[in-house]
Amino acid sequence: MSQSEQILPHGHILRYTFLERLTHWAAAFSYIYLLLTGLAFYSPWCFWIAAVLGGGQVSRMLHPWAGLLFAGAVIKMYSMWAAQMRTTAADKAWWNAIGHYMRNEDDQMPPAGRYNAGQKLLFWGFFWCSLLLLLTGAILWFPEFIPWNLRFLRFVAVLIHPAVALLTIGLFLIHIYMSVFAERGAFGSVIRGDVSEAFAKRYHPGWYQEIAGGSSTPRK
Amino acid sequence: MSGHAGSVPGEDTQRGLTVCKLIDTTTCIGCKACEVACMEWNDLPFGETIFGNTYQTMPETRWNYWNLILFNEHEKEDGSLMWLMRKNQCMHCAEPGCLAACPADGAIVQYTNGIVDFQQANCIGCGYCITGCPFDIPKMNPKTNRVFKCTLCSDRVSEGLEPACIKSCPTGCLHFGTKEDMLDLAGKRAKQLQDHSNFPKAGVYDPQGVGGTGVIYVLHDATQPEIYGGLPANPHVPWTVKLWKGPLKWLGNVAMVGGLIGLFVHYLRYGPKDRADEDLNAGGTKS
Repeated sequence: MSQSEQILPHGHILRYTFLERLTHWAAAFSYIYLLLTGLAFYSPWCFWIAAVLGGGQVSRMLHPWAGLLFAGAVIKMYSMWAAQMRTTAADKAWWNAIGHYMRNEDDQMPPAGRYNAGQKLLFWGFFWCSLLLLLTGAILWFPEFIPWNLRFLRFVAVLIHPAVALLTIGLFLIHIYMSVFAERGAFGSVIRGDVSEAFAKRYHPGWYQEIAGGSSTPRK
Repeated sequence: MSGHAGSVPGEDTQRGLTVCKLIDTTTCIGCKACEVACMEWNDLPFGETIFGNTYQTMPETRWNYWNLILFNEHEKEDGSLMWLMRKNQCMHCAEPGCLAACPADGAIVQYTNGIVDFQQANCIGCGYCITGCPFDIPKMNPKTNRVFKCTLCSDRVSEGLEPACIKSCPTGCLHFGTKEDMLDLAGKRAKQLQDHSNFPKAGVYDPQGVGGTGVIYVLHDATQPEIYGGLPANPHVPWTVKLWKGPLKWLGNVAMVGGLIGLFVHYLRYGPKDRADEDLNAGGTKS
């Protein structure tokens, strides 16, 4: 379904196209599976998670495949959103005002575009972390085929993979908190695609200006 | 001890006699009786061999070939040749890198007698043990994705028998007993080599980087263990594995729990961002 065909409630704006939403949820479901099975491999304290998800062998077998799906979704996101995620001068002002943002004083924030500086950090953080996870994960997938004289690759991978995964867990927790709890309407927007005008004005005034002034469809 | 999260069942319930295998490389004749005995006792299938004009018909240990004599021609300082033979297998480290790296509950266990054993039923095939081991011992069965290695014949030892390789050795270069007794015997043999056989550098290989091993060697030249088919001079668990399983895990756990608490407290203090004009959301999208 193209975005122009999508029926929206009165006064609502399309924020995420069907393809954007689909990509997001491919990444989301694969990430959650990777997170849970990854935690099981991370510590014996969490190994029970693997038992719940069908056993350690199954988790070990599927984790790399889920990783490929996740990496594919992230690369698709890159192709869709990288241009919109470029840092602008307004982003520096946004970071300087982060205290207001954390205290919910959003009226004192410099106006954000389609994505605010925090969302851009999330995007680039996940993008670079995913590339590192993909590279180190490929080594951990087949450790028995790494020749003995290249064993440093395994040594690097076993440290980098969980360390970078922990970074993504930090990003992930903040992402869930912001989208599900802090900014009401954000979670629905990535499922149904639309936000209210109030939401757009409050959180992305720059983006609202852009689309309200021009056509009725959002900038891609 | 295992990768298990909690306390170890049965800890301290038995006498802590550590067992040890002593391999005297100076009296090994390379007959491979130990290899055959290992395969016989453990019911391992015969694998394909190679012929490269040497006695090394099997290049390295395999998932189903746990005990292998490595043949090395070594040129001495005076130009003469010396044939070094070393029986290679799991070293049964006191501080095993495979066990430190293993995430699966009970897949790698260390018995109170010091034997490090793999329980394939619990193995998930992640191969972390391969990375933790400084001796390149754990090997993956590609068909079942389980890792195998020498068990020090833990089934025989638990019945009071010596490992199969020890029983088969015709020259008496293999010995089995408590770690204390084997170290004593090895020290005496090294002294004998120094005093009577013109091997002034003879010594015992019991590397402390892995806390000592349950398999120790007497070497003609203990200053160069590498000449015996790449026996590492100072083996240790890779520092990245230690960092990963030590500080990183600790830091990660604190950060994850701290992050969850922090976000929850933030919500208690500030709540959702649109409280001031909740009515704006009334007819709008709610998540």
